[in-house]
Amino acid sequence: MSETMRNTALFAGVAALIVGTGLFQSWNAALLILNMGLISAIMALGVNLQWGFAGLFNVGVMGFVALGGLATVLVAMPPTTEAWAAGGVQVIAGLICGAAVIGTAILAHRFMAPSKLRGLVMLAILVGGFFAYRAVFDPGVEAVEAVNPAGTGYLGGLGLPVLLAWPVGGVLAAGAAWIIGKAALGLRSDYLAIATLGIAEIILAVLKNEDWLSRGVKNVNGIPRPVPYEIDLQNDPGFVEQVQGLGLDPVTASSLYIKLGYAALFTVVLVLILVAAQLALKSPWGRMMRAIRDNEVAAQAMGKDVTRRHLQIFILGSAVCGIAGAMMTTLDGQLIPTSYQPLRFTFLIWVMVIVGGSGNNFGAVLGGFLIWFLWVQVEPMGHWLMQTITAPMADGSALKAHLLDSAAHMRLLTMGLILLLVLRFSPRGLIPEK
Amino acid sequence: MDLLNAFVALSNFVLVPAIAYGSQLALGALGVTLIYGILRFSNFAHGDTMAFGTMTTILFTWLFQGWGLSLGPLPTALLALPFGILGCMALLLLTDRAVYRFYREQKAKPVILVIVSIGVMFIMNGLVRFIIGPGDQRFADGERFIISARDFKEMTGLREGLAIKTTQGLTVITAVIVVALLFWFLNRTRTGKSMRAYSDNEDLALLSGINPDRVVMVTWLIVAALATVAGVLYGLDKSFKPFTYFQLLLPVFASAIVGGLGNPLGAIAGGFVIAFSEVTITYAWKKVLGYTLPESLEPEGLVQLLSTDYKFAVSFVILLIVLLFRPTGLFRGKAV
Repeated sequence: MSETMRNTALFAGVAALIVGTGLFQSWNAALLILNMGLISAIMALGVNLQWGFAGLFNVGVMGFVALGGLATVLVAMPPTTEAWAAGGVQVIAGLICGAAVIGTAILAHRFMAPSKLRGLVMLAILVGGFFAYRAVFDPGVEAVEAVNPAGTGYLGGLGLPVLLAWPVGGVLAAGAAWIIGKAALGLRSDYLAIATLGIAEIILAVLKNEDWLSRGVKNVNGIPRPVPYEIDLQNDPGFVEQVQGLGLDPVTASSLYIKLGYAALFTVVLVLILVAAQLALKSPWGRMMRAIRDNEVAAQAMGKDVTRRHLQIFILGSAVCGIAGAMMTTLDGQLIPTSYQPLRFTFLIWVMVIVGGSGNNFGAVLGGFLIWFLWVQVEPMGHWLMQTITAPMADGSALKAHLLDSAAHMRLLTMGLILLLVLRFSPRGLIPEK
Repeated sequence: MDLLNAFVALSNFVLVPAIAYGSQLALGALGVTLIYGILRFSNFAHGDTMAFGTMTTILFTWLFQGWGLSLGPLPTALLALPFGILGCMALLLLTDRAVYRFYREQKAKPVILVIVSIGVMFIMNGLVRFIIGPGDQRFADGERFIISARDFKEMTGLREGLAIKTTQGLTVITAVIVVALLFWFLNRTRTGKSMRAYSDNEDLALLSGINPDRVVMVTWLIVAALATVAGVLYGLDKSFKPFTYFQLLLPVFASAIVGGLGNPLGAIAGGFVIAFSEVTITYAWKKVLGYTLPESLEPEGLVQLLSTDYKFAVSFVILLIVLLFRPTGLFRGKAV
């Protein structure tokens, strides 16, 4: 009972922090923290699936999150019909050609006896195939990117409702996870870490450079929303009347209303995933996963296919991260590839999982909210701290200016410190695994 | 004559930059591989260790420049390098004392140490940004070129120029000296031998009276020196930016793994393999092919296999191929 009490108190504490932000700063800021906290909690659940359940060390979270973001563009943006007419088919043909080359090479590897000849044949297929692929692909890309480059210059999406993008984001991330898992699972944990770090960088490189796909660094703006626009609400006399009846300014109220709408949507997703993860944890499947995590050899001796199970949970966890990524891009309403930073989207999620308690789903959720709150609030706190420290210094001194300017970087220091302190003094996190 | 021009163009755009970059990667990978061999974990904070050492060096460089000290044609940073190394050593010893030692005594699993190193990475990253800011810093001074492209053309009368930057020459020379010193230390001195023994078999090493604390301390000192030298050379050659150094983690790790983790010789080989593949695959071959092929076959496009932004993809693909077909690396490394 005391454990339940303790956990409830912890959640209540984090809720109090967010409500406090609402009271002392603004409700807008509080809801921003809440919405990103919900998304962070989902990401943390995904990482917790991989690390907490199965002990897989995935440091490519950023890549899966970015793929989710790509999914929103591909699903929700209206298609660019001129671009499709100009070279869309050729681009797709190029991609199919590329996939066929890799497929053939894999087939050759599988069905030919190991010999020098096999190596040569594979090399010939890959090198020849690469040039064939470029020959088909490049003109198509050029044609697509030439169509109104300032406005579109990409193929656009399918023009479907944006909510559909969330599961699609999960599927895209799962696909990438399948490829990487096939190659790197079964190797040592450090190797998986480096491999996932690499795949995340590659996914980002693709997003930044393949303009035909998502406009690259020109960003995609104005992704359709699942909730109404503020301006429409402000022009809606019914809404204005209602909020004025509550004594609120319509502009503020519309912004709060939208954020609450997002929060409701995100909460539904979080609850669904959390329930599923809890059920999985308590099921025979979850017990098997933890058995594999704790002793691979013993689990293997019991007839469990460790590599396949690892692949399975790696894909599931990455899919959850992809869903969260799609939700985040929906919330932002734009896809900005340069905004994806590994410290923010990979390692911060890890801090959430470790601080919350790896292996415990509620811990991951708590960590997601708490660390996100700190990530946002450490900056103003750092600024305040610096102002207090520098207050006695002479105005205009170089050191004072430098300290005040650098206050923004306090958050990385703080996150590192929190991670190290938790690892040292409470290695099982705030809500430990049972 | 055409072949000669082709070779000069090749050297100018591929060989010289790749050798310099390869030396920098090799030095970085040596640090990673030493930590892996002796402390038995993958140090994710290595990129930021390089950044910290480089930052200290830059600060001293500015100080010396302020005093009017200089090395003539050589960059002032060389003068500041020893101080940068000392600063980095102090930081690493402090980190070991405050953070890593606890887990070593607990005999924590390697993956826990990796997570701990992520925490250290955050702190070092924050520290560097806090002190010097997240922006780009150029700190190379002195003579820019050993041979500039124009001088080379005038000297030889060739159509293609070959430029060798001072920093590139310096990188290679420094790397050779540092690697020679390192191997002399590991193979000839008592401490070096005890380090190798400790890396090969911890229990036997302890049994024969090797002091583990001393081995670990010397390892951190060497790693600090290697990381700072690698970071300063990279920064002189290109420029210093904390985020770039963090990103260097991937090619550095790829080099160490491709060569075989825990194997110093492998780290060097891996560094060059990664550097050469990155540069050759992202280089536009039009010029070289234009000189070597008969006119009728001359390529129309740039013949660039991949755009330069995909250089991470190259190191990654090589890493994957090696992992799939030879999991312990080119030179048999350890597999813990």
